[in-house]
Amino acid sequence: MIKLVTTIDINEAYSALHHPEAGGLALFIGTVRNHTSGKSGVTQLDFEGYEPMAVREMEALAQKAQSKWPIKKLVMIHALGSKKVGDPVVIIGTATAHRKDAFESCEFLIDELKKSVPIWKKEHFEDHTVWVNSHP
Amino acid sequence: MEIKLFGITKDIVGSDTVPVPENIQVLNVKELKAWLYQQYPGLAKLSALAVAVNHAYAVDSTALDSTTEVALIPPVSGG
Repeated sequence: MIKLVTTIDINEAYSALHHPEAGGLALFIGTVRNHTSGKSGVTQLDFEGYEPMAVREMEALAQKAQSKWPIKKLVMIHALGSKKVGDPVVIIGTATAHRKDAFESCEFLIDELKKSVPIWKKEHFEDHTVWVNSHP
Repeated sequence: MEIKLFGITKDIVGSDTVPVPENIQVLNVKELKAWLYQQYPGLAKLSALAVAVNHAYAVDSTALDSTTEVALIPPVSGG
């Protein structure tokens, strides 16, 4: 299951990982935190995506992961739109026969998603906003 | 050709697309970026700027024509 959504449904992601041969499920959930690079006071994050390309990049990462680990089921869901502190914004899940492959493939997928999938977040502070990573 | 913009590139340009005028010849990604940097110097200050052609990351030599979908990809920050 690979998709972009407005609101992440954790139960849906968990259900999509069920597989009779999977004995290990790894789930990573990324949420909105209230501070960034030592600055506190993040009140909200806005996520924007280049949707067709983002899905395509996520699918390419899934294929790469599937060629490296024996993955039975895989979930990559990213939320777009405005999110408050504590809201889930991304969920990555892999189901494999044994836990090591699940942990490793899950970590690979979230690390790579952050590098290449065209999604952007804007941090809102009390008095200004910042597009994350934009400037050196 | 019309270039789709996302994230900070929309703020720099002040719109969510940039039309490339008919009389401007940009045959590949390198030429497009050179033209854009001239028009919008703020784009050159970003930590990186990639270009996507038909929903895939392109390289400098990737050819452009009126049928391609082109987008600017500033540094991503999903997750």
